[in-house]
Amino acid sequence: MKRGPDRREAARASPLDPSTSLPSTVLRASPSTSLQSTGLPSTLLRAGPSTSLRTRPLTPSIGHVDFDRLVVDDVSRHFGRRRALSHVSFEVLQGTVLGLLGPNGAGKSTMLAVLATLLRPTSGHVRYGSFELDDRRPALRAAIGVLGHDLFLYPELTARENLVFFGSLAGVAEPDHAALAALEHAGLADRANDPVGSFSRGMRQRVALERALIHRPRLVLLDEPFTGLDDASTGVLLARLRGLREDGAIVILATHDLDLAEGLLDRAVFLRDGRIAETLEQPDALRNTYRSIMTRERP
Amino acid sequence: MTGFLRTAWLVLRKDMTVEVRSLEVALTTLFFAVSTVMVFAFALVREGSAPDDGAAGILWIAVSFAGTLALGRTFERERQAETLRALLLAPAPRPAIYVGKLLGIVALLVGTEIILVPLVAFLFQAPLFAHPAWLLVILVTGTLGFASVGTLFAAMLIRARSRDVLLPVLLYPITVPVIIAGVRATATLLQPEVEFEILRFWVALLVAFDIVFVTLALWTFEPLMTD
Repeated sequence: MKRGPDRREAARASPLDPSTSLPSTVLRASPSTSLQSTGLPSTLLRAGPSTSLRTRPLTPSIGHVDFDRLVVDDVSRHFGRRRALSHVSFEVLQGTVLGLLGPNGAGKSTMLAVLATLLRPTSGHVRYGSFELDDRRPALRAAIGVLGHDLFLYPELTARENLVFFGSLAGVAEPDHAALAALEHAGLADRANDPVGSFSRGMRQRVALERALIHRPRLVLLDEPFTGLDDASTGVLLARLRGLREDGAIVILATHDLDLAEGLLDRAVFLRDGRIAETLEQPDALRNTYRSIMTRERP
Repeated sequence: MTGFLRTAWLVLRKDMTVEVRSLEVALTTLFFAVSTVMVFAFALVREGSAPDDGAAGILWIAVSFAGTLALGRTFERERQAETLRALLLAPAPRPAIYVGKLLGIVALLVGTEIILVPLVAFLFQAPLFAHPAWLLVILVTGTLGFASVGTLFAAMLIRARSRDVLLPVLLYPITVPVIIAGVRATATLLQPEVEFEILRFWVALLVAFDIVFVTLALWTFEPLMTD
């Protein structure tokens, strides 16, 4: 995979920059642009930052949870005697991309699993606005989208079937329509009826991202989302993440790719041995900070 | 309740679609079950005559062994792309996901039994089709009891390193009562003069096991799968 200045430039480029090679469907309409002229399906036309995350209706049985901030308060998570997370605290507001950075085993994936409701913290609290982790779990999960290191897709099913299945499970009211719109977003509409198993890693990653976003989650959690992507796919993903930020989502991504992270993140939290080693409010020179953290004595 | 049934149906339909495309689990399960029956037939049938109640025992041995294989393979598929995690992340009732998976396993095993029962009847010269409605009830209730525990354990063990060994070690001791009840009910059905009172007793026992096992699994699935 190509790394270095090109990828860093891609991360910094505007989502409307033609040099990022985005499919036309990814380009967002500016306020002065006629929405219909973009050729996007109506479900993709976004009204504004505060409302756009809820334009796709969910079935009433799931209920509705919305929040504008995520608070992680003194969270620890132990696996037996091993402390994967130790007294981690941070807060993220809507419209923010937060990076969880750190070496392997730092606790990034565990933190994401806790935020995704897959793991309970051993101690501490996670608050999604006014909701606690144990409140209305299915409704809370409807507000969370997760893109894991594994892609969570069935290789035997087509891209469309995968998205319709997960959209239906998430309670999306018109899953067929939403799946087609999502595939348009991913630039894969022409491969909608091909099995995901026949896709390249980059294409599968794009479908997986749409799977995570098909129910328009408020909180988006991504674990190493740039792994295995070429520059074009990286550009598409970066544009999508910026779009989510503009829509008012809370985006948290765990990554090793500091070059890409530097152009994207609004805040960065460095983890080491399950503890917060550093928090940067204006992330730049991430590589220097990372080196400095890694050379410190372990607490 | 609608959301619960809808989720279960979505998971079942997805499992069936994946299986129809790949036939991976169905073919391996069927091959294994047929091989088991053939081996026992060659070992036990002498000059066209099999031991009394042998057909009932062989049928349920084949079903339980093939069921264990099907459970392992079905959840291995969910593990490979971490799709079980995606199911657990969905804003759907987790017990409904369990029910969907359970019905998929039951459907797969009933499909295997459709081939297996005539084969056993033929090789062991057993009058299995003398009372087809009773046979259907015995097979469905027995399969449901076995699969209800198996689905829960297979899901629980998905992250265990030695899951292939642990699944039968945990599953058989708990499902032995179901298998015994299934064998006795089927054996009763094979008698020249069927004693329906005894048959009803064994079927009632199977139904009772089903109710207990399914209820416990529904109750424990969410907490067991959360951490």
